[in-house]
Amino acid sequence: MTPGSRRRLVLAGGAIVVLCGFGFLLYGGIGENLVYFLTPSELLARGERAYDTPVRLGGQVLPGSVRWDAEALDLRFRLTDGTQTLVVRSTGAPPQMFREGIGVVVEGRYREGGVFESTNLMVKHSNEYRPPAPGERPQDLYRTLLGEERS
Amino acid sequence: MTRLLGLSACAVALALAVFGAAAAVMGARLRRPELVRSAIAAAYANFALLLVANLAMVYALVTRDFSISYVAQVGSRATPLFYTIISLWGALDGSILFWGLVLSGYTALAVRWSRAEAGAVLPYALAILLAVGSFFYLLLVGPANPFGRMFPVPVDGPGPNPLLQNHLLMAIHPPLLYLGYVGMTVPFAFATGALLAGGLDDRWIRLTRRWTLTAWGFLSLAIIAGMWWSYEVLGWGGYWAWDPVENASFMPWLTATAFLHSAMVEERRGLLRVWNVSLVVATFVLTILGTFLTRSGILSSVHAFTQGTIGFFFLAFIAVVLLFSLALVAGRSTELRGTGRLEGVVSRDTAFLLNNLLFTAFTFTVLLGTLFPLAAEAVRGVKVSVGAPFFNRMTIPLCAALLFLVGVGPALPWGRPERQLLRRKFVPPFLALGLVAGTLLALGVRAPFTVAAFAFAGFALTANLGEFADGTRARRRAHGEAPPRALVRLVRSNPRRYGGYLAHLGVLLIALGITASSSFRTERQATLRPGQTLAIAGHVLRFERLWARQEPQRFVVAADLTVLRGSTSLGRLDPRLNYYAASAEPVATPAVRSRARADLYVTLLAFEQDGSSATFHAYVQPLVIWIWLGGAVIAAGALLALSQRRERRSPGGERLPAAAQAEAR
Repeated sequence: MTPGSRRRLVLAGGAIVVLCGFGFLLYGGIGENLVYFLTPSELLARGERAYDTPVRLGGQVLPGSVRWDAEALDLRFRLTDGTQTLVVRSTGAPPQMFREGIGVVVEGRYREGGVFESTNLMVKHSNEYRPPAPGERPQDLYRTLLGEERS
Repeated sequence: MTRLLGLSACAVALALAVFGAAAAVMGARLRRPELVRSAIAAAYANFALLLVANLAMVYALVTRDFSISYVAQVGSRATPLFYTIISLWGALDGSILFWGLVLSGYTALAVRWSRAEAGAVLPYALAILLAVGSFFYLLLVGPANPFGRMFPVPVDGPGPNPLLQNHLLMAIHPPLLYLGYVGMTVPFAFATGALLAGGLDDRWIRLTRRWTLTAWGFLSLAIIAGMWWSYEVLGWGGYWAWDPVENASFMPWLTATAFLHSAMVEERRGLLRVWNVSLVVATFVLTILGTFLTRSGILSSVHAFTQGTIGFFFLAFIAVVLLFSLALVAGRSTELRGTGRLEGVVSRDTAFLLNNLLFTAFTFTVLLGTLFPLAAEAVRGVKVSVGAPFFNRMTIPLCAALLFLVGVGPALPWGRPERQLLRRKFVPPFLALGLVAGTLLALGVRAPFTVAAFAFAGFALTANLGEFADGTRARRRAHGEAPPRALVRLVRSNPRRYGGYLAHLGVLLIALGITASSSFRTERQATLRPGQTLAIAGHVLRFERLWARQEPQRFVVAADLTVLRGSTSLGRLDPRLNYYAASAEPVATPAVRSRARADLYVTLLAFEQDGSSATFHAYVQPLVIWIWLGGAVIAAGALLALSQRRERRSPGGERLPAAAQAEAR
C-alpha cells in the first residue's frame, strides 16, 4: 500500500465516520422537531401524548367564544373542528383578519390543564383569491376612517 | 394576434432547440463544422425568438389583453404600469417564459464568450444547453403555456398576487434569482460537455469555474434581495424562516460555493475531479428541484401536486439529468482519476476538504428538512412540518465551523507550511478571537453560539484583512509603493484571489448582522390610543392618528407614529395595512427605520374601525443593515474575481493565475 493510497483511505474513512455521525444527529434532530398538523379531534385522540409537544392545530373559531383583553394582549377563544372543541389561549394581538367563525391555525402546545397555549396564530387562507363578500370590502368596513380623511 | 406571435415564437424555439442539439452533436461526431455552425445560429435565433415571446407577453399585459390566459390570470385594469410589467414573472406560466429568455440568453453568451476557449467541448456543451432549453420550451407550448386562449374574454382580471405588488424589490429579486438559477445550467453544460467530448483536460474546470462564479454572484445577490424583501414586506420582523421556498434558493448556493472552493484543489493538485463534476451536476439538479418544489404546488400538499401536470415533467426531467450524469461519470471514470496527491495535514488543501465536508453536510440538512414533510405525507399520510428549531439546531454549529474556516483557509498556505510562517499568520487572528470572546463574556453574553459566532467572525475578519495587509506590506517593501497604491496594485495583480477574500468579508458582514439581530432582538406589542406611547430599547413611539386612503389598486389603512428620543422627534413611521381588491386579507407593510447600529421596525397588527385605538408590534434589531451590505460586498468580490482574464501555465506544469505564481514563490 503506497502512502498516497493509505492517506486517501484514511481521509475517505474519516469522511464516512463524520457523515454517519452527522446523519445520526440529523435523524434525532428531525424526530424531536417535527411539528404535526392536527385538528382538535386528532389532538384529543392522542390522549396523554397530546400534552406538551409542539403542534399546529387547525380549526374554526367558535362564534361567541372570543375574549380579548387589549390591555394585557391576552386572547382566549374556542377552536372547533365540528366534533371536538378546545380552549385556546394566545398572547399577542390577533391579526386584523381575526374574527369569530374564521378558520385559523394556531401553533403551540396543549397543556395538562386542558388549555392550548398558542405562540403563533395564523388566519387560514388559500392561495386562490376570492373577492370579498358584501360587508367585507374595506370601503364598507372603514368608512369611518375614510370620512375622517375627507373632513 | 399577440397570442399567435408569442406562441409561435415558443414553438419555433422548441423546434430549433431540438434541431440545434442534434446538429451540434452530429457535427462534432462526423466532423462537419457547418452543422455546428448551424447549431450556433439556432442558439442565437432562440434568444431572438424568446425575446419576441417575452415582449409579446409584456405588450399583452400592458394593453390588458385578457384574451390571453396569463393576462387573465395576473392582469387587472387597476394595477399600475410598473407592477403590470413585472407581473411577467409573477405566476407559473410567465415565470417559465422568463426562464426561457434567460436560458436562451445564457446559451448565446456561452457560445459567444467561451467558443474559443471551449474548442472541441463547445458542440457538446451547446447540445446540452439546447437540450435543457427544449425542455423549457416544451413546457411553454404544453403544460405551462402562457399564451392560452380565453373565451369568452373576461372584462377584467384579479391582478397579481398582492404580496408581489407591494414592494419595489419584487422587480429586483426574481430577475436576479433567475440569473443565478438559470446560470447554473452553463457550468453543467460545460462539465457534461467536456465528459462527452472526452480527452478531459483542465480546460473544463476553468470554464465551469468562471460560469459558476457568474451565476453564483447573481444567486448570492438574489438570496439577500429575497431576505430583504421578506423583511420589508412580510412584516414578521425577520428575514429568514427556513421556508421551503427560501431553502430551494439556498441549496444550489451551498453546492456552488463548495464547488468554487474545491475547484481550486483540482487546479492546484489535479484532485477531486469526480467530486467537482458531482458538485456541478448537484447544483444544476438542485435548481431544477427548487423550481419543481416552488412551482408545482407540491409544497402546500402532496395532493395539490396531482392536480397539475407540470410537476411530472419536472420529475421526469430531474430523473433524466441524474441518470445521464451518472452514466457519463461512470463511463469516463478512468479520465476522471486524480493525478496529484495531497500534502501536509495542516495546509490549505485540508481546509478546502473540510470546507467541502461542511457544505455537503449543510446541503444535506437543508434538503432533508425540506423534503421530509413531503415524504411523511406521501408515505404515512400525516401532515407534518419541520420547524425552524430543527434547521437552527443543525446548521448553527455548521455555520460557526464554516466561519472559523473562512479565517483558517486564507491564512494557511498550500502544501507543507513552515512552523514560523504558521505562527506569524495565526497569532493575530487568535488574538482577535480571544479578545472578542473575552469582551462578550465580560459584557455578560452567555449564549455559546452567539459568543462563538462573534469570536470566529473576529478571527476570520482578522485573517482575511491580514492577507490584504501582508500583501500590501510585501509590495511596499519590494517596490517602495505608498500603501494605498500598493493595495490597489496588489488587488489588481491577482483579482481572483483578492476577489475571494472580498467575498469572505461580505460573508462575515452577513454573519455579524444575522448573529447580532437574532441574538439581541427586542420586541414589544401594545394597543395604543392616539397620543399614547410605547417604549422599546431606547426608542419611544408615539401613536398620533390612524388614517385611510383609496389608491387605484388598493385601499390603505395606516398609522402615524412619531419616533422620540426624550422630547425631540427623530422622525415619523407609518406602518400600513394594504387591502387589495382581489383578496379579503390585508397585506401588512411594516415601517422600518434603518440605521448602522440598529433597525426600528414597526407593524400595524390591528385597529379599531373608528380609529380610536390600534395595536402595534415593534422590534429593535441591531446591525440588520449590514446583512444587505454584505450581499453587495459578496457580489463585488465575485465581480473582482471574474475580472481576471488571463491565466497561463507555470513552468512546473501547474496551472496558476499569472500573478499567483509570483506570489507563490
